[in-house]
Amino acid sequence: MSEKVTSLASGNEGNLRDHAFGYLARVKGGDMGSMPAILGVIILAGVFEFLSPFFITKLNFANLFVQSAELTMLSSALVFVILIAEIDLSAGVTGGVALAVFIDLIKAEKWPWIPALIAGFVAGILIGVVIGFLVAKIGVPSFVVSLAFFLGFQGMQLVLLGDGGVYRIEVPAVIAIMNSNLPLWGGWLLLLVCITCSLSFSIWDRGRRARTGLDNKPLSIVVIRLGILSMLGTAAVYYMNLNRSMGQVPIKGVPIVTPITIVILAIGTFVLDRTRFGRHLYAVGGNPEAARRAGIKVVGIRISAFIICSFLAVVSGVFHASRIGSVDGTAGHTIVLSGVAAAVVGGVSLFGGRGRLAHAAIGALVISMIDNGLGLLQMPAGISYLVQGGVLLMAATIDALSRRRNGSVSRT
Amino acid sequence: MTNPVPIIELRGITKSFGPVDVLKGINFKVYAGQVTALVGDNGAGKSTLIKGLAGVQPYDGGTVHFAGEQIEINSPTQASSHGIEVVYQDLALCENLDIVQNMFLGKEVMKGGTLNEPEMELQATKALKSLSVKTVKAVRQKVSSLSGGQRQTVAIARSVLRESKVVILDEPTAALGVAQTEQVLNLVRNLANQGVAVIMISHNISDVFEVADQISVLYLGGLVANLTTKDSTYDEVISYITGTKTQEGVK
Ligand SMILES: Nc1ncnc2c1ncn2[C@@H]1O[C@H](COP(=O)(O)OP(=O)(O)OP(=O)(O)O)[C@@H](O)[C@H]1O
Ligand SMILES: [Mg+2]
Repeated sequence: MSEKVTSLASGNEGNLRDHAFGYLARVKGGDMGSMPAILGVIILAGVFEFLSPFFITKLNFANLFVQSAELTMLSSALVFVILIAEIDLSAGVTGGVALAVFIDLIKAEKWPWIPALIAGFVAGILIGVVIGFLVAKIGVPSFVVSLAFFLGFQGMQLVLLGDGGVYRIEVPAVIAIMNSNLPLWGGWLLLLVCITCSLSFSIWDRGRRARTGLDNKPLSIVVIRLGILSMLGTAAVYYMNLNRSMGQVPIKGVPIVTPITIVILAIGTFVLDRTRFGRHLYAVGGNPEAARRAGIKVVGIRISAFIICSFLAVVSGVFHASRIGSVDGTAGHTIVLSGVAAAVVGGVSLFGGRGRLAHAAIGALVISMIDNGLGLLQMPAGISYLVQGGVLLMAATIDALSRRRNGSVSRT
Repeated sequence: MTNPVPIIELRGITKSFGPVDVLKGINFKVYAGQVTALVGDNGAGKSTLIKGLAGVQPYDGGTVHFAGEQIEINSPTQASSHGIEVVYQDLALCENLDIVQNMFLGKEVMKGGTLNEPEMELQATKALKSLSVKTVKAVRQKVSSLSGGQRQTVAIARSVLRESKVVILDEPTAALGVAQTEQVLNLVRNLANQGVAVIMISHNISDVFEVADQISVLYLGGLVANLTTKDSTYDEVISYITGTKTQEGVK
C-alpha cells in the first residue's frame, strides 16, 4: 500500500473506468458483495433452461417469483440479526406461531381478520422482545436461545392448532397476496414509481453533496444503474403481463406480493443506510466494544434487531399462508435454514457488520431457483436439500475466506 | 512554562487494589498546547492513572482540577463532558465502516431525521487536513483496508472532531514501524499545536524525546520526576524509570 499521497480524496473522483477498476479491486480484495450470487442466477437460469424447457416460461417465471417472495422476506428478516453477528433459528416458527394466533382468533374467538392479523404481528414482536432480551441483556448465545424457541414453538403451534389440524384461510385479502395480480397498468405504474424513487434519491444525494462542496461519482454510473433497473423491470413487467394461464381463464399481471415486498425492502434499506439506528446496527455488528465506547446503547440495538427479525418473519409467514391457502401446525418448520442460506449466498457475512437486504433478495432467488429447477427436473426433494446445503457451505466458506483476505480475523 | 494554569491538575491521587497501593499520592499537571509524556516501567501505574481521568476506574483519594476548578470524574460521560478523550491501544474502530463513519460514530450529524453524510464527510476531511494527515488516501475507505498507522491516525483525528481539550494516547506507536511511527508522532505534535493538551503514554524514550514537551516519570506508584524535555537527557529519564535516580521536591 502506498502511504504517500498528498491530498485527501473522497473516493468519488475519477471516471467510469476508474470506478470499474476500483470495483474489480474490491472484488479481488474479497469484498464481493452479491456478485457471486448474481453470477449464480445467470448460470442457474442457463443450466435449468438447457435441461428443462419449461424453466423459462411465463408460468414458471411468475411461480418462481411468488415462491421466492416468502424466502426473500425471511432472509431479509435474518439479515437484521446476522448483521450483529447473531442468528435466529426460530424465525420460521415465529411466523408459524403468529399464523396460529391469527387463525385461532378468527376461528375460535370469531375476531375480524384485521385485528386478528395485528394480534399475530404483536405475538411476533413479543417473541422478538423475549429472544432479544435473553440474548442481549442476559447473554445467552442466540444460537441456543433460538434453537430452544425453535423447538418450543413447534409445540406451541400444535397446542394452538391441535394435532393435525389444518385451517383454511377464508380471508380474501390474505389469499390475494400470493394468488392475485395487479391490473396490467398497475405493473407499469409500479415500475414507474420504482424508477422515479431511485432517480429522486440519486438526484437528491448528488445535489446535497454538491451544495456541501463535495464531488460526486460520475453521472454515468447513475445512468447505467438506472438503465439496468429500467431494462430488467420493463422486461419483467412485460413478461408477467402476458397471459400465463394453461387453462381457459387468463392469468396475467404482476403478483400483488411484488409491491408489498418492494416497499418493505425499500423501507428496510432506507433504515439501514440512512438512519442513525442503521449505522449503529452496522457498528455493533462490526465491533461491539467500539460501539459501546462511542456511546451507542448496544443492548437496545441488539434487542431491536431481534424484534425487526421476528416482525418480518411474520410477514414471511403470512406470505406462506397466502400461497398455501391454509395454516397448519407445521408452518415455518423448514424454511429457516433456507433463509440463512439465502442471506449468506447473497453476500451477507455471518461474522456480522456486512450485508444488505438486496443481498438477501438475490440469495433468495438463487435458492428458489435451485428448488424450483430441480423440482421441474423431477429430482427427489432430497437432492434439492443436498444442493442447497452444498451452496450454503460454499457461500459460508467464501465469506470466511474473504474475511481472512481482508485481514480482519485478528478479532474473534 | 507557556501556560500558568494547567488544564488538568491531579493532586494527591491515590488508588489501591486491596492491600496494594498502586498510586501513592500523585501530583501531575498537564498544559494545553503541550505534549506531556507519561513514562515508567511495566506496572508503574500509568494505565491506572489514565483510567481515573477517563472515568472508567475512579481514584480512591486526591482531587482533579480542570483549568483551576475542582471537578469530579466518575464516568466516561463525565470525562467526555469535560473534553477528555482517550485513544486506547486497541483503538476501537469498526472495520466494516469507513473512515468518516468511524469518526462520527455515536455523534452522527443528522438532517431531517436522516444521516447527513456530505456534512460529516466534509468535517472529517477538514479534521484530517487540519492535522496535516498525508497517509490516508480517501476518507470513504473502509477501516479494514487501513494499516495500523492509518488506523491510529483515524482514532486520533476523531478526537479533533469532538473538539477535545485533553487527549490521552495509550502507547500510540507501540505496534508501528519506523515510517508510521514518524507519521503518528507528527500527528500528535499537530494536535498539540492546535491547543489540545496531549498525554502520551509510551515505553519508547526516543519517541518521547521527539514529540513531548514535558516528561513525567512514574516509579512504583509514585511520580518521581517532572522534566522539561529540552533540559533533560535520555540517560536521565532512563535512570528515573529504573529508580536509580530520584528528584528532589517532586513528592
Ligand atoms: N484491576 C486491578 N486489580 C488489581 N491490581 C491491578 C489492577 N489494575 C492494575 N493493577 C496493578 O496495578 C499496578 C499498576 O498497573 P498499571 O496497569 O497501571 O501499570 P502500567 O504502568 O500501565 O504498566 P504497563 O506499562 O505494563 O502498561 C500493577 O502492579 C498492576 O498489577
Ligand atoms: Mg498500561
